Amino acid sequence: MFFSSFSLILNSELCRVPYNAALLRIMQIVIVGNGVAGVTAARHIRKRSDCAILLLSDECDYFFSRTALMYVYMGHMRAQDLKPYPDDFWPKNRLDRLRARVERIDFAARRLFTSDGREVAYDRLILATGSVPNKFGWPGQDLAGVQGLYHWQDLESMERYSRGLQRAVIVGGGLIGIEMAEMFCSRGIPVTFLVRESSFWNIVLPPEESAMVNRCIRSHGVDLRLQTELREILPDAYGRCRAVRTVQGEEIPCDFVGLAVGVRPNVDFLRGGPLEIERGILVDEYLRTNQPHVYAIGDCAELRRPPAGRRPIEAVWYTARAMGQTVAHTICGQPTPYDPGIWFNSAKFFDIEYQTYGNVPPTLPAEQETLYWEHPNGRKSIRINYDRASGAVQGFNLMGVRYRQAVCEAWLRQQTPIEIVLQYLGDANFDPEFYPQHEAELVALYCRKTGKNLSLRRSRSATGWKKYLRV
Amino acid sequence: MQEHSLSWVPTAPVGISRAQQIALALGAAGALLLLVVWAAGRAIAPVPTLLLSFGLMAAGVGWFIREEYLKQPVGIYNNGVWFRSLTARGVWAWLLGVWLTGFYVCLYWFPEYLRGLIALFSPLSQWLRARPADQWFVYGTLYTAAVLLMGIKFLFKYRHNAYQRWRTLSVVFFQLGFAWLLPGLLVRLQQPELYFSYFWPLSYYQGTPMAYHSYARSDLGLFYFFFGLGMFFIATPILTYFWGKRWYCSWVCGCGGLAETAGDPFRHLSDKSLRAWKIERWMIYSVLVFAVLTTALLWANEFAGRGLLRQLSEPFYKVYGFLIGAAFSGVVGVGFYPLLGSRVWCRFGCPMAAWLGIWQRKKSRFRITTNGGQCISCGNCSTYCEMGIDVRAYAQRGEDILRASCVGCGICSAVCPRGVLRLEASETAVR
Repeated sequence: MFFSSFSLILNSELCRVPYNAALLRIMQIVIVGNGVAGVTAARHIRKRSDCAILLLSDECDYFFSRTALMYVYMGHMRAQDLKPYPDDFWPKNRLDRLRARVERIDFAARRLFTSDGREVAYDRLILATGSVPNKFGWPGQDLAGVQGLYHWQDLESMERYSRGLQRAVIVGGGLIGIEMAEMFCSRGIPVTFLVRESSFWNIVLPPEESAMVNRCIRSHGVDLRLQTELREILPDAYGRCRAVRTVQGEEIPCDFVGLAVGVRPNVDFLRGGPLEIERGILVDEYLRTNQPHVYAIGDCAELRRPPAGRRPIEAVWYTARAMGQTVAHTICGQPTPYDPGIWFNSAKFFDIEYQTYGNVPPTLPAEQETLYWEHPNGRKSIRINYDRASGAVQGFNLMGVRYRQAVCEAWLRQQTPIEIVLQYLGDANFDPEFYPQHEAELVALYCRKTGKNLSLRRSRSATGWKKYLRV
Repeated sequence: MQEHSLSWVPTAPVGISRAQQIALALGAAGALLLLVVWAAGRAIAPVPTLLLSFGLMAAGVGWFIREEYLKQPVGIYNNGVWFRSLTARGVWAWLLGVWLTGFYVCLYWFPEYLRGLIALFSPLSQWLRARPADQWFVYGTLYTAAVLLMGIKFLFKYRHNAYQRWRTLSVVFFQLGFAWLLPGLLVRLQQPELYFSYFWPLSYYQGTPMAYHSYARSDLGLFYFFFGLGMFFIATPILTYFWGKRWYCSWVCGCGGLAETAGDPFRHLSDKSLRAWKIERWMIYSVLVFAVLTTALLWANEFAGRGLLRQLSEPFYKVYGFLIGAAFSGVVGVGFYPLLGSRVWCRFGCPMAAWLGIWQRKKSRFRITTNGGQCISCGNCSTYCEMGIDVRAYAQRGEDILRASCVGCGICSAVCPRGVLRLEASETAVR
């Protein structure tokens, strides 16, 4: 029923014709995966060409916001509210969708084989297969009631196991783990949260921010166990988990175990073929794999030569989207190297929002200096890292405060000295109107630290209506 | 997402505790007491009964605040909104809808059935206005009480959000002061009953020759007539230029006040579809034209010696009053809160909103800006937009949101988990 206009070309002449503009109109582009990477690629290809586009997914019929799955479980939104585009968006833009699982790809014949016996021919293939949750070979990891949270089906299964749930144990101190904890809290289900590290997500967050999140987790009644590792999951008589045992030997009774120890590229079905894969599908800066006319984007792609300061695999919404856009340019005849720009990310830890711009490592490098301000209520903080020698800003970390990406990016790109940034810091503040502004406190903190005499020259949005009042 | 998954039925408790149930029951008991008096058609011991009823409702709200908001850290908790019967168009929502609709039908067309309530509110009316109550005093008082009590609830829900705090204090202040106390006191002082927070054409009577002749009997009335015109023709363009239509719709207006307080639990029910937006644009500007035309005809009739156009202008006025003034703004606008969301009237019907919207869209510094590429398309903003704006459609493209209908309530910005949205009323110069 999703086969509205896409035809199966079994012996395509087009395969042998080199790229030209006329070809672009009739080319068949197949995208495996309808997450944000695949869909962004499809949208941008459609903007630039008339070629046939087919999105394959074995997960769901419609693109949805994966990062928002938690809100369905919590009752903030309905499942259909997760769809970023209305259902008529797809036929309107002639984006065909096929619900199928790809089993095998014949790269020489340019053909995909699905588990239900279909063959799909392609002229260009984009692999955007996403991730799967990690499992590290723990005894009992495949018991009923033990799962990660990534796919739509994971959410459905989480809902099924929530019936009569007495306690959930979450393993893994990262973003998915804290989301799962929040989800169970919203239903009043007790949660024990096992974190291997000495503080939540301290492989990414500096100690102060990490400690703030620890406090936040505990304030929601979560039983947070730091420096606690999972050894095994114990079954009951029916094959469902009944408890976990930690490395320290403690047994914690529970009837659900959330495994949130990161994700890995969903590429196992492609291994053993000619496609070059390490942890993910290896791609060059044009996101090309080692197979002709085959590209990989999003979580499943591993950059052979990542840009300076970036990791080869970044399983983040924003990078997936950027890759989708880049690959669309390349496929539509405008070869464009992938440039992720200045690193940024955001998250929400229960009710503390987090934004980061640039480079804020968990431990301060020797060449950097940090300016960290925290609100007395312990729920807000601003951190600016800068170069010790030149003063050039290196990164921003915001907790419970919103800053403008464009302003921070401009400062980071231009290597603006910290003292200039501080004086104009109000320009970056993106908090709602009437919110207290803390930039002056940051400047004062800097002055106390350095003995300099600076003052804040801009407060939030002062360029607008106040100027009018003066006239 | 397969079709079957589109209805999500939670298997585990969705977070409404026994204590919360008791709190809701307490509030409902207060409301039920009013229902009994309404049905009985007379009030025995009105003062204790009214005190008991309001006391129960206040206690219910207070207890609910304690259970729902004060027992957890500050933040956005829309937990279970789509699971609870009352807020997800379930049985309770329909019951409340029928009850509210029934009240409005009685209020506008069968006030004789409100005798019991009128008797109940008479002592209060005597105290404030030195005259017995009528159905409009009953309505105004219940309305104000709803804004006040649910406004307090809203203040606790969003106590971490300074914008929401100030905005709510403002709407509660205008409802309590300008739409209840002041008109009551004016009546007491033998002055015309004037509502300084409503203007023509929202209050369509205010611009008519009948109103003019009535107001012209006193200096204050005359001032009021021209004040209303000034608010429409002069203040609206200026204030909307600087702050957007929110200066009225979500900070001052009584309809907005009720929507933002009592209607807040239902804000997510607004229709976000493109079709709804199309209907909205046709409808709201048609109502504005209808309102202007009706008033113009009445004045033409006035100048033509009250004979020539009478046959035309009077039916127009009556039809407008019935269709728009009563059926739309009251019965549908508020009665259908639990089914269609809290801003149906403001979005589809209010001629004042249409006028404000034109200025907001064409000549205003107000907009909602998006923060770079941070949107994750989660959909919280669209879901909780009471005006049915698909905020996400703009945010995920990194575009500013510049829509005639936006009342600037700021909830999209509040519920955004990534800090992407900001209400702005200034040219935002980025260095």
